Amino acid sequence: MSTTTTRAGTARATEARPRRLRGSRALNFWLFTGPFLLGLAVFVYVPVGWSLYLSFFEARFTVTPSEFVGLGNYREILSDSGFMGSLGTFTVFAAFIVPTTWALSLGLALLVNRLRFMRAFYRSVFFLPTACSYVAASLIWRMSLFNGVRFGLANTVLGLFGVDDTAWLASPDPPWYWLVIITARLWLQSGFYMILFLAALQNIPRELYEAAAIDGAKPGWQTFRHITLPQLRATSTAVVLLLLVAAYQAFDEFFNLLSKTTWGRPPLVELYYTALGQDQNYGKGSAGAVVLTVLICVVTLFQGRIMGFGRGEQSK
Amino acid sequence: MTTTAPESRGRARRGGLMGSTGLYLATSVAALLFLVPFYLLVRNALSTDPEITGEDWKFFPSHIQWGNITEPFDDPTVDFGRSMWNSLVVGVLHTAGTLVVCSPAGYALARIPYRHANKVFYAVLVTLMVPAAVTFVPSFVLVSSLGWVDSYRGLIIPGLFSGFTCFLFRQYFLGFPKELEEAARVDGLGHWGAYWRVVVPNSLNFFAAIATITFISGWNAFLWPLVIGQDPSAWTVQVALSSYMTNQTVNYHLIFMATAISILPLLFVFLFLQRWLVQGIAQTGIKG
Repeated sequence: MSTTTTRAGTARATEARPRRLRGSRALNFWLFTGPFLLGLAVFVYVPVGWSLYLSFFEARFTVTPSEFVGLGNYREILSDSGFMGSLGTFTVFAAFIVPTTWALSLGLALLVNRLRFMRAFYRSVFFLPTACSYVAASLIWRMSLFNGVRFGLANTVLGLFGVDDTAWLASPDPPWYWLVIITARLWLQSGFYMILFLAALQNIPRELYEAAAIDGAKPGWQTFRHITLPQLRATSTAVVLLLLVAAYQAFDEFFNLLSKTTWGRPPLVELYYTALGQDQNYGKGSAGAVVLTVLICVVTLFQGRIMGFGRGEQSK
Repeated sequence: MTTTAPESRGRARRGGLMGSTGLYLATSVAALLFLVPFYLLVRNALSTDPEITGEDWKFFPSHIQWGNITEPFDDPTVDFGRSMWNSLVVGVLHTAGTLVVCSPAGYALARIPYRHANKVFYAVLVTLMVPAAVTFVPSFVLVSSLGWVDSYRGLIIPGLFSGFTCFLFRQYFLGFPKELEEAARVDGLGHWGAYWRVVVPNSLNFFAAIATITFISGWNAFLWPLVIGQDPSAWTVQVALSSYMTNQTVNYHLIFMATAISILPLLFVFLFLQRWLVQGIAQTGIKG
């Protein structure tokens, strides 16, 4: 329909053309972006704004604010040992999962990249867990692999060496649950990041290795340290930041592996129990959401600084 | 661990058989470890409970219990069939909706030179800073006041407007050949006609990649369906699986069979759509 407008305009009067064209551009622009922007406004901007508003009010068991409490909700959530503890849990979790996933996915990529036969097969095997949901993996880990009873695989294997059964998920002391959570996520996400590293490895110019060989660099650690690793810097940085943001959003495996425990709760699980648990304290929950949003904004802005926001546009 | 280019032939000959045997050995051990959870899943799904929990470890059930396959669907406590159906509906509509909503927006931001396009683009970029999961409480507050709890609308619609997907489409369309569009314009098509008749049919690879990624994340999503699905009739398969873990009675073989069935659709996606999946990851991951 826009076609007819433009063409008729062109035919009728040439001097009116720029204006008509601009009009049709505006119309087209809003036609294309309208539905998306409307949805974005309603389902992204409005909730964030509303929660900001709600966070200054008392709102229990209802999503309509009842009484203005100022910064009361913020004071409450920031002095809440559960909420602050959840930030600590996230820190511990990130400190484990980010380096281990980085190392494992890079290691797998290096292995697969060197294969000459059956490369696609091995790549698929490492990549396969990506098909598995966090819930399904939690179920396998909790009920079979790390089942606290004799028939769990971990206990069966340890039993061969005479080790007594370990209740992996039953208590925070000693914190065996970290082993369960870290291995589950490692298994689930390493293949994904391996694909990223593989793509990056294949982009390293062969000449660099040839030049290094001529210069007498020993293959192995030396070449890896001075050529491969620096060439992977951009991908490594991206992977670390992606892992960090993913860890921040951890919910599924904590919720399912540690259901109904009061310990080992990362921020989103803590928030879930605050807002949707017994209390249904939406005011306090909203304040928590605002705090978490601000924190993640700081991280992503930092990420933008490092990676150069919008730099991708020029390269395309 | 050596990282020399496989082309350096002299070294390859010298490193020879030993090196490559070691390489394949290491890779195979890692691959076996990665397959263990899948093996446990299949083994337990096809066993009887006494064989799963028995004292002596059996590598495979002595009698494969094919009858287990239908059990999750006959279970009176959790309507597993219903949850699979819900997941399918949500997954397909979520994927189709995301493509229909986000792709034209990305196209306009990349290709329609409009005065305020930059401002709009920044409004989209800002939303990339906050992952949707972090704002699930406010989203739930909104959706529940719309009365969309326990409905397909509530499960699907709030997730359609992904700033990230829109951003990916914009980046892709920036590189789309201008000549094709111009040819379409010469043929008398406007932006809208050119988009659906020329641009989209020539971008099917990219659409397939985004669709694959979107479907997988939709199928595996847990937090939002958990929040929205208060009534068991609105549970997706992930929420149903999660409920098995907290049930009073633990029916091992049934639970593992249900889990195996829940993974099947994605296994299909992996086997037949892997090309697009890998492409999609390479495109989405780097830009994330």
